[in-house]
Amino acid sequence: MYENVVTARHYEERLQEVYLEGKQPAFDISAGTIPGELHLAAGHEAAAAGVCAHLREEDTVTAPHRPHHVAIAKGVDLRRMTAEILGRETGLCRGKGGHMHLFDPDVNFACSGIIAQGCPPAVGAAMAADKRNEDSVAVAYLGEGAVDQGAFLESLNLAAVQNLPVVFVVEDNDWAISMPQERVTDVHTPAERADGFDMPGVRVDHDDAVAVYEAARDAVGRARNGNGPTLLDVQVHRRMGHFMGDAESYRPDEDSERAQRLDAIERLAEDLREHGVEDAELNEIREDAEERVEDAIEWARDQPEPDPEDAYEDVFVDETAAASGGDD
Amino acid sequence: MSKPASDPGEGSADRELTMSRAMVDAIASEMRESEDVFYMGEDVQDYGGIFDSTEGLLDEFGRDRIMDVPISETAYVGAAVGAAQSGMRPIAEIMFADFVGVCLDQVYNQMAKNTYMSGGSVNVPMVLTTAVGGTYNDAAQHSQTLYGLFAHLPGMKVVVPSTAYDAKGLMHAAVRDDDPVVYMFHKRLMGIGWMPAPEGPKTPVPDEDYTIPLGEANVKREGDDVTVVTLGLHVHRALEAADELEGDVDVEVIDLRTLVPFDTETVVDSVRKTGNLVVVDEDYESFGVTSEVTARVAERAPEALEAVERVAVPDVPIPYSRPLENEVNPDSDDIVEAVESLK
Repeated sequence: MYENVVTARHYEERLQEVYLEGKQPAFDISAGTIPGELHLAAGHEAAAAGVCAHLREEDTVTAPHRPHHVAIAKGVDLRRMTAEILGRETGLCRGKGGHMHLFDPDVNFACSGIIAQGCPPAVGAAMAADKRNEDSVAVAYLGEGAVDQGAFLESLNLAAVQNLPVVFVVEDNDWAISMPQERVTDVHTPAERADGFDMPGVRVDHDDAVAVYEAARDAVGRARNGNGPTLLDVQVHRRMGHFMGDAESYRPDEDSERAQRLDAIERLAEDLREHGVEDAELNEIREDAEERVEDAIEWARDQPEPDPEDAYEDVFVDETAAASGGDD
Repeated sequence: MSKPASDPGEGSADRELTMSRAMVDAIASEMRESEDVFYMGEDVQDYGGIFDSTEGLLDEFGRDRIMDVPISETAYVGAAVGAAQSGMRPIAEIMFADFVGVCLDQVYNQMAKNTYMSGGSVNVPMVLTTAVGGTYNDAAQHSQTLYGLFAHLPGMKVVVPSTAYDAKGLMHAAVRDDDPVVYMFHKRLMGIGWMPAPEGPKTPVPDEDYTIPLGEANVKREGDDVTVVTLGLHVHRALEAADELEGDVDVEVIDLRTLVPFDTETVVDSVRKTGNLVVVDEDYESFGVTSEVTARVAERAPEALEAVERVAVPDVPIPYSRPLENEVNPDSDDIVEAVESLK
């Protein structure tokens, strides 16, 4: 778990640096090494590592548009993910998906760039497992800003009424871009949404990775044993803007400072030290993680960009069908 | 609502605005004019709209009239339909046109059809604003243009400004219209700092109110050889292509400005003069704007039509990687090539 959180944190910090390459001095979103939007997850790591620690390769995870930490925790190939973010031919999605739309069928990981829309496919994966009498589970990640969406609420209902093996994980960072939670819902915590669906709703405060791990053990176990879905609600902290380039002028300074101060990774390291893990060992794990991140970034930089003609492939499985549309 | 003022003409203004400022100028003016006008969307209060579509409005009008809403498009777009049917004039924003799928029923079954289904006994005087377009590598769920989707389904008027001057006049017309109007602005034209605009959308904009009637295309450049019909960002790309071709081919560029109602006459008259038609669109090629414009010309003036070319996104989702997106998104070179292929 510690390895996952430090890998994810270092990855986000390095992506932030790489993203700014070529975008200075005047910020131009379409310029530079990493084009398009980039939504970073620094401060969310505990929610990813604490839950995914209980998952197997065959379990399905759907992530939202802020996906890297979850992908890392689920075991998505770091090199190919990075190549995808850099828009390279050997990326996970051949350069077509980009950072919000990562698909790695080898470890059953998928993303959606649209709020809450990963919930129904997670229910579908659980339905498939249920019909095939397999004991795999599905986990849908979403932000607290997404809990007012029909896709989320309808998914809770469908999963509950069909007793499906799904864990819904809300990463509650308090901010839906510029909207603080209290201005968009009168429901006190996302976990309370579960009450309306006769489903357990569990809240973990203070993005405590160990507490997330324990709550997720119960939730994943319940799903795997055929006892239905759980809504797990994890308090996390957004250490960066909603997307790279977001100046966060709407956000009070004290809130940003609080996010910096409350660091789940430092909390986890302290827990480990208390349980007798030596600093040397923690350092070694961190250094290994940093090396893997550097390796992935360097590998991705060396990969070729796709041939423009590749744009016409993959619309359909049968390429001849794709060729019938478009420019003749 | 107040009667539309007559169009004072671009030349009367001594200030230049970006497209977003011009949009906001019209919205503010309509909100001052009538308490019935209000704006709902995500991040439209403190943030001022991700694409600056409401920048500065919160200060003047407060949180009751510039409303941040939960990320619940079905609820708030549907609420705009209800408020409009109750006699108000709401403006609801869907941050990216791609997100309309979340609330499509409220758009195409409620907003668009209630006037008809009620036999005209109710109407829905609302504006649905939304950002369209790619060119910034944000991939398939954040880059669609979707003009064809809204224009295909009956009951919605659809406007697409390409300049600040038009953005203001079309917004005044949209808010005052008694039908639902979908107002689709291209992100790349708004004049936001992190997405540089091409030359062109920033124009003089008069202080006073004026409307641009829905359904009047604008001949942006006169020419005798080839008619290029387009809208939005691609008006600027077509003008660039026309400049490049100057001396070889005399290109006429028509900015449609509105898709519903559609100004068939201006397009057909132009093709009667030039005999050649190129239609340029950032939406998908099949069953879209390029098909529709071509069909209308073929129906009305088959004898005048010598040749047609369509330049649009070739029926693939918008890819992420830069060389892939550049391949599918029409640029001025593609327009030059299409025009040259006709001669």
